[in-house]
Amino acid sequence: MPLQNHEEIFQKKVDREVRIEPRDWMPDQYRKTLIRQISQHAHSEIVGMLPEGNWITRAPSLRRKATLIAKVQDEAGHGLYLYSAAETLGITRDEMIRQLHVGKAKYSSIFNYPTPSWADMGAIGWLVDGAAIMNQVPLCRASYGPYSRAMIRICKEESFHQRQGFEILLTLSTGSDAQRQMCQDAIDRWWWPSIMMFGPNDDSSPNTAQSMKWKIKRFTNDELRQRFVDICAEQVKILGMNLPDPELKWNQERGHFDFGPINWDEFWNVVNGNGPCNKERLEARVKAHEDGAWVREAAVAYANKRKTDPRQATAPSSSHFEAGQSLLK
Amino acid sequence: MNLLKKFYYGDLPEQKASANDPSLTGEGREGAAAWPLWEIFIRSKQGLDHKHVGSLHATDAQMAMENARDVYTRRQEGVSIWVVESRHVHASNPDDAESFYDPANDKVYRHPTFYDLPDELKHM
Amino acid sequence: MTPNQPINISTNQLFNYTLHLADNNLILGHRNSEWTGHGPVLEQDIALSNIALDLVGQARNFYQYAAQLKNDGSTEDTFAYLRDANEFKNVLLVEQSNGDWGKTILRQFLFSVYQYYLYQQLEKCSDRTIASITEKALKEITYHIRWSSEWVIRLGDGTIESHARMNNALHELSEFTDELFIPASYEIEIARQGIMVDPVFINARWREKVEAILREATLPFLSEDNNKQSLSGKEGQHTENLIHILSEMQSLQRAYPGCEW
Repeated sequence: MPLQNHEEIFQKKVDREVRIEPRDWMPDQYRKTLIRQISQHAHSEIVGMLPEGNWITRAPSLRRKATLIAKVQDEAGHGLYLYSAAETLGITRDEMIRQLHVGKAKYSSIFNYPTPSWADMGAIGWLVDGAAIMNQVPLCRASYGPYSRAMIRICKEESFHQRQGFEILLTLSTGSDAQRQMCQDAIDRWWWPSIMMFGPNDDSSPNTAQSMKWKIKRFTNDELRQRFVDICAEQVKILGMNLPDPELKWNQERGHFDFGPINWDEFWNVVNGNGPCNKERLEARVKAHEDGAWVREAAVAYANKRKTDPRQATAPSSSHFEAGQSLLK
Repeated sequence: MNLLKKFYYGDLPEQKASANDPSLTGEGREGAAAWPLWEIFIRSKQGLDHKHVGSLHATDAQMAMENARDVYTRRQEGVSIWVVESRHVHASNPDDAESFYDPANDKVYRHPTFYDLPDELKHM
Repeated sequence: MTPNQPINISTNQLFNYTLHLADNNLILGHRNSEWTGHGPVLEQDIALSNIALDLVGQARNFYQYAAQLKNDGSTEDTFAYLRDANEFKNVLLVEQSNGDWGKTILRQFLFSVYQYYLYQQLEKCSDRTIASITEKALKEITYHIRWSSEWVIRLGDGTIESHARMNNALHELSEFTDELFIPASYEIEIARQGIMVDPVFINARWREKVEAILREATLPFLSEDNNKQSLSGKEGQHTENLIHILSEMQSLQRAYPGCEW
């Protein structure tokens, strides 16, 4: 079948909302776009563990400690689901990780900002996860089956993250002066980076049109950003805090909040590696990977020994422990 | 036209088809230590089928099973797990879809609505 | 146990013992959670974080019971965040630094096996709250043993490098295993009351299981008389490791006293 026909059939399927599955024909550019987007998304989850992981050992109550571990662990899970989805497109996880480590693959710039205070755990949950959810919900209907399924699972799990963050801020907002100060300061630092998470304005986002035609994306960056601003402008009132934008005000005519200009120079500066923590974040990932190399090798070596040794054709046995079969809690 | 020749998930050949393409195999030390991919199926409760939930990496079946427990059942999603190394899954080719599934199109008599019966007939 | 029961000497020993159980779990859970985001492979990062969560959860159950026994307005958080190192009763093993992945795994394995046999006894003990906490915890611990023993075997019998690293870890940690079986004053007291058996009783079973796994891992066993450590964590004498853990863990509560978080 000529290429032209393949493309036509493919687009018709997408138009009819038929999901594309791994072994279906797809344009090379579609595959490449997905690999780029899904792996970036996966890297963001993994790098995103670091700024919050910072506070696991300092969480101020046992309840906060447990929920923060659970949340950061969920991010590892989400990264894993996404790497798996990308692997269906013919790239290995090792290769994606290599691309991250050599700086070829990007991750969300938001994680290059520091987390100097406990209130940052709240602000990240409310604003950063909030913005992420806004982006992710439409991706549950992305045209590529494995991506959409991963996103459905992620969105289901993610709902507690934002609530957890808001609850942290809410507690601070009714606390001591120092805590209220902490709360406002975190909101001030995270607000603009969060609304930058939606990416460049539509008129300078060249890939958006094609991604929408392929139904990888459903809404433009600016549409999602506006929706996010509208929601946060209301939610912040419950905290009794302010969003750091003097131009933020309700526009009756548009039926939306107007907001001030975004500092795109800062955005591109961080994207291009000059954010406050780009270097630390990447170094932490590379170090974890390199320190773990001997572990990964040993596990492979052990499995190979077992395969070639006919007397020990089994994996390490748990039969030493009577109750070893209760695998699932 | 070579666009269809890809290294597909769920259909990995015994020897890596893409061994000559470094972008697909990883490199150096990592290449040797790459952990195989496994497909994970979970039964969410007794009486239901196992359902494919995703994949993960592990060096042997035992580890795959435990990883599946830790990764895919953090919220009590399962009562039973199957793991299958991805390269052992044989998948039908979507190009064969017509010959595979379309012939069933005209066998409407396999569906209960094909049979015209009076409404008074109950319990059938 | 009713919450209003006055503290007498025997409740006091039970209280100390409950804190001891809680502290072991909290400190090891804390140590394990230091790995979250830094594991050798994503799947194992998740696995160890799960164990950390289990341990913190068990700690909270014991602290809540201790708060009931104390009955003076103490909460799980005042125990975790407002006591000094010399009031912590965890064994030295759990506060040791993470080292490499091998040492962390081995520490978990040595502790989980101890915990398993200990809790098997506690599950049957006369104190109903401790019995029910340990019964629930045993399901988790069973998995911790399974997971950690498989990794001990994999790494011990993996590559030359991994074998050497495990040997090293064994050397570093064996100094701290005897303490598990030397009863503290409160353990002797509650054993006398029949709440709990003497830890010496568990020693033989622990040794047997640990030995079996180490053998499969092609690792040498800990020598019988390696009691080189003169400190007793159970009695509040700790290595510097615990000071560092607490100054990090308690920093916010100490810097802003009396706040809700």
